Amino acid sequence: MTTPGVSIGAPCQLPDFEQEPVDASDIGEVERSLSIGEKLANNDAIRRLAVLIVLGAVWELYARFVDNPLILPTLGATLTTFFHDIASGVLIDRVATSLRSLMLGYLAGLLLAGVLTTIAVSTRLGSDVLSTLTAMFNPVPAIALLPLALIWFGLGMPSLVFVIVHSVLWAVALNTLTGFRSVPDTLRMSGRNYGLRGVRYVALVLIPAAFPSILAGLKIGWAFAWRTLIAAELVFGVSSRSGGLGWYIFEARSELETDRVFAGLLAVILIGLIVEAVIFRFIERQTVQRWGMQR
Amino acid sequence: MIERAEPDASGTKDLLTVDNVTLQYKTPQHLVTATYKVGFSVQAGERYVILGPSGCGKSTLLKAIGGFMTPVIGTIRLNGSLVTEPGPDRMMVFQEFEQLMPWKTVLQNVEFPMRATHKFGRTEARERAIAMIDRVKLGKFRNVYPHMLSGGMKMRVALARALALEPSVLLMDEPFAALDALTRREMQEELLGLWEQFRFTVLFVTHSIEEAILVGSRILVLSPHPGRVRAELDASRFRFDQIDSTEFGALSKRIHGLLFAADSRAA
Repeated sequence: MTTPGVSIGAPCQLPDFEQEPVDASDIGEVERSLSIGEKLANNDAIRRLAVLIVLGAVWELYARFVDNPLILPTLGATLTTFFHDIASGVLIDRVATSLRSLMLGYLAGLLLAGVLTTIAVSTRLGSDVLSTLTAMFNPVPAIALLPLALIWFGLGMPSLVFVIVHSVLWAVALNTLTGFRSVPDTLRMSGRNYGLRGVRYVALVLIPAAFPSILAGLKIGWAFAWRTLIAAELVFGVSSRSGGLGWYIFEARSELETDRVFAGLLAVILIGLIVEAVIFRFIERQTVQRWGMQR
Repeated sequence: MIERAEPDASGTKDLLTVDNVTLQYKTPQHLVTATYKVGFSVQAGERYVILGPSGCGKSTLLKAIGGFMTPVIGTIRLNGSLVTEPGPDRMMVFQEFEQLMPWKTVLQNVEFPMRATHKFGRTEARERAIAMIDRVKLGKFRNVYPHMLSGGMKMRVALARALALEPSVLLMDEPFAALDALTRREMQEELLGLWEQFRFTVLFVTHSIEEAILVGSRILVLSPHPGRVRAELDASRFRFDQIDSTEFGALSKRIHGLLFAADSRAA
């Protein structure tokens, strides 16, 4: 049913043509920088700072409206106490005590997680053991183990470290194992192609390749550890004369110094923010973002 | 322990000998036979192409030569010694762009195997890496991370990385299959250009007849699943400008027939 002269698939025939591309020089500015306002609005830090300022203002106004420093001290009073206790060294002392147990527990937890995942990636039995242990212990709140820790280690640092290790270990081990398992086959094969084996293979190929997951594990582990520590200190800072930040808050509560309670909470928040937004952000920018492994 | 292969009658020594190799691998449900009694030999400086339809076990065969699999029956020998494990004398270039290490720059990626295998010292590795990166025209991108490169550029890096190590044989597993048609042709020419310069031995797996004839000096045609040897053909006389010649067309048709006939017989 094709008409002569018209090729199949073309309803009508148009002539071919060739031409030089049109001149593109009159397109004007190819790139224009944004106005200062737009640039500021694009800056995360500035937008968040604005949110903080608004929140602070709401707090200050509401506290003045309530006018009961025992229930809700003003932002101003809280900050005054906060800086006063920093100047007098009390708060710094407390924070230092807390951070010491935290670092000890965190590092011990990481070490254990490293050992467990290395065993888990090298043998199938090891991987079964780790999966089962993680499934069992990951849902157990670290604070629930505190009574047991007290029986085993008594009051003091060892018990704190024990519960912190528990809160870090499973989160980090689980994430690291997931990360190792998701390393692409091609990458594994090219690593083994160079004759890498054992520890060198894990250190030079698996760990960097799984780094996004490992970093996520480190962040979760840190958050768990920090929460656990403050909660645990609230329970038994009582004993040790040099208590941590949790004890600082607890002490202030028993003396009905609500502004000091708030100052303690502020310190908890600030340290959390600094670790999350400064330290981990820095590591992220230097590694996974630079490598294009994370947006 | 190392047994040396006897030189054959023609006096040329085989670099790589694959003898009567049957490969099987397990999936969770099945035991799959990938290749059955495959044998061939590759001489130094050859561009040896393994061609077959998808699923004929040609990639598995290349993995076995790479040392990632052990044959159920048969032996694979490189320079007379039995292949038992992966090693840097058989550098692999894969199809996937993930083969580059995303945490290393182009330069570090090319340097890494030379340093990890202790084959070259620090300064020598650096110099060789820089020279090879310049050779594949990526000099400007030396300090860039792989995620910022296009597919063709990543493939150039992988090629540079493999060649810089001077392996006995270069194993390429459908390396250009994930590239667009234009880049693919460019990379085929690049590979041949590099071969003209360095005269390395390359084993090249593909499912494209055209690519096989262009890239290969000899072509091994495998039958569909499980892979068995169907033919071995000479293709050394073809260059890019002969792609429209009748001879090229005839060989292409002949290979097509070999693959297709085997296919219809199996059905």
